Amino acid sequence: MKPISIRKFDAIIVGAGGAGLRAAIQLSESGLKTAVISKVFPTRSHTVAAQGGVAAALGNSEEDNWQWHMYDTVKGSDWLGDQDAIEFMCRKANEVVVELEHYGMPFDRLDNGKIYQRPFGGHMSNFGEKPVRRACAAADRTGHAMLHAMYQRNVRANTQFFVEWMALDLVRDGAGQVLGVTAMEMETGEVVMFQAKATLFATGGAGRIFYSSTNAFINTGDGLGMAARAGIPLEDMEFWQFHPTGVAGAGVLITEGVRGEGGILRNSSGERFMERYAPNAKDLASRDVVSRAMATEIKEGRGCGPHKDYVQLDLTHLDPKTVMQRLPGIREISIQFAGADPIKEPIPVVPTAHYMMGGIPTNYYGQVVVPKDGRHDAVVPGFYAAGECACASVHGANRLGTNSLLDLLVFGKSAGETMVADIRAMPSAHPDLPADAFDLTRSRLARLEDQKDGANVHETQLAMRRVMQDHCGVFRFPDMLEQGVTKILEVETRVRATEIKDKSQVFNTARLEALELDNLIEVAKAAMISAEARQESRGAQAREDHPDRDDANWLKHTLWYRAANRLDYKPVQMKPLSVDSIELKKRVY
Amino acid sequence: MSREAELGRLRWHSRRGMLELDLVLERFWRRHGESLSEEQAASLARVLELEEADLWEIICGRREIGEPRLQGMIELLREV
Repeated sequence: MKPISIRKFDAIIVGAGGAGLRAAIQLSESGLKTAVISKVFPTRSHTVAAQGGVAAALGNSEEDNWQWHMYDTVKGSDWLGDQDAIEFMCRKANEVVVELEHYGMPFDRLDNGKIYQRPFGGHMSNFGEKPVRRACAAADRTGHAMLHAMYQRNVRANTQFFVEWMALDLVRDGAGQVLGVTAMEMETGEVVMFQAKATLFATGGAGRIFYSSTNAFINTGDGLGMAARAGIPLEDMEFWQFHPTGVAGAGVLITEGVRGEGGILRNSSGERFMERYAPNAKDLASRDVVSRAMATEIKEGRGCGPHKDYVQLDLTHLDPKTVMQRLPGIREISIQFAGADPIKEPIPVVPTAHYMMGGIPTNYYGQVVVPKDGRHDAVVPGFYAAGECACASVHGANRLGTNSLLDLLVFGKSAGETMVADIRAMPSAHPDLPADAFDLTRSRLARLEDQKDGANVHETQLAMRRVMQDHCGVFRFPDMLEQGVTKILEVETRVRATEIKDKSQVFNTARLEALELDNLIEVAKAAMISAEARQESRGAQAREDHPDRDDANWLKHTLWYRAANRLDYKPVQMKPLSVDSIELKKRVY
Repeated sequence: MSREAELGRLRWHSRRGMLELDLVLERFWRRHGESLSEEQAASLARVLELEEADLWEIICGRREIGEPRLQGMIELLREV
């Protein structure tokens, strides 16, 4: 392999979605030499798919305040969120939204010129009393507009973008300080060391571990894989938010409005099974109830299709005019991705993974924190994380709608500010790289290059996604989880022996996909093993054998370590920064 | 850049921020990847420069692309 050249920056950011771009603004505008590494052009990051909006208690349409938002977030998290980080986020919301407005974000507006706010599920006034309008949006292109506004601001601030580069491994010294990342340029296959005084991961989610996922193909958890390989634990990886109705085999969402218009869920014998699970609400029961019922039907062999792995959403009894007029987008999606015209035949659907609540453990300054010397929150020098790849933890066991875009802004900015202060406190010279800095990257690439009689990348990835969907889905069964652990470890042995036929250097997508799979499998193991161990139901984790939340034993964060798949736990921060703790209560809506 | 490298670049540019586009483009490559002419590759390169939401609306037929020479490529994407 060619020698690895070194490029030095004050700060390196991996990922150019909302969190990465927001942090980069902070660093570049402070005059620091900042590089952003991204697999894809920044405005094609997955943030672009966010439509709902960003939460901020601006109170533009009616009375609202950050403490009500904080209450909704803690309750949404099923009390697993850290209340210091949640207070920090909710208090900062107005500031970051107004800043974004100044960057040129085209928010929808009221007649008086203020930002328009719309209602959203779970947003309530007066500590859960009645719905409040808190979501700020730019039509149905909120994420798209956000990326554009922040990308332009970065161009102005001279942020250096390395687009179509894939980060490979985190580089640490003997004391654990993070010194940067190795990365590969796709156009040349060249590997470069990006050395920095501060390194931020803003690499997004990893929904692609599941067979059915709403996530774009780029969401392969690269930051989590790199962190895990470098000995950093991953926090609360059992918690994944699912939508009940994604198109089977594709993942594209079918809005809940379809059931509102009269759509009915049926199993393989055509039975309207929701009548058994929710005799009153039936198909209109809440998201989690519907998802669990669907998963139970599939698990008990009443799923449809050759693999009996989906149920059907039936609209054929509706007047075609209703479908055409009220649900045109849905008809398009169904024809396009299920090959089924819903006027004539039912849509195959499954509960579909959408958002990862867990991630790289951080505090609300964006610093990565790990257990060390009897503390559970020792800072890893030089290492920061923000956005979906990080776990601050503001989402706890379940994320409140529109808090994901807020998370990006608040913790992207906060991490950027912390990095600026930390870099300024450091000597002007970069710390030395250890002699073995590139060993891990070299050995991974050499292994892939030389592998003979290995496993096919695509087939192995598919096997992983099937195991995760079947064994660690929206409703979890003890026997399935136990088998799932064995199966995912078996898939891991195949991942460690993937083989690529194409050895070319230029835009070798086969190599890139093999490297992405190295990251995905770390996330998959973390999720399965953490879920199997947590013997309770809380937020997004619903276990058949432990249907209730168990605060006496499980009010704690999971930490999964790659080495020996060890699990550790740390306490939930119940104490906010300035207000009273939001006491434990049953989470009912 | 060699043809293989150029196709590799286009394949990577087919990785998008929206799942819907990933899926359509994945199918496109499966069906037409082997037989893509140079002219088609050039059209695809142009189409892949479009913004996510715009490209999706065009593929869904809610609007047209406005550049007649790219219409053939859009039709192929709509069909897959």
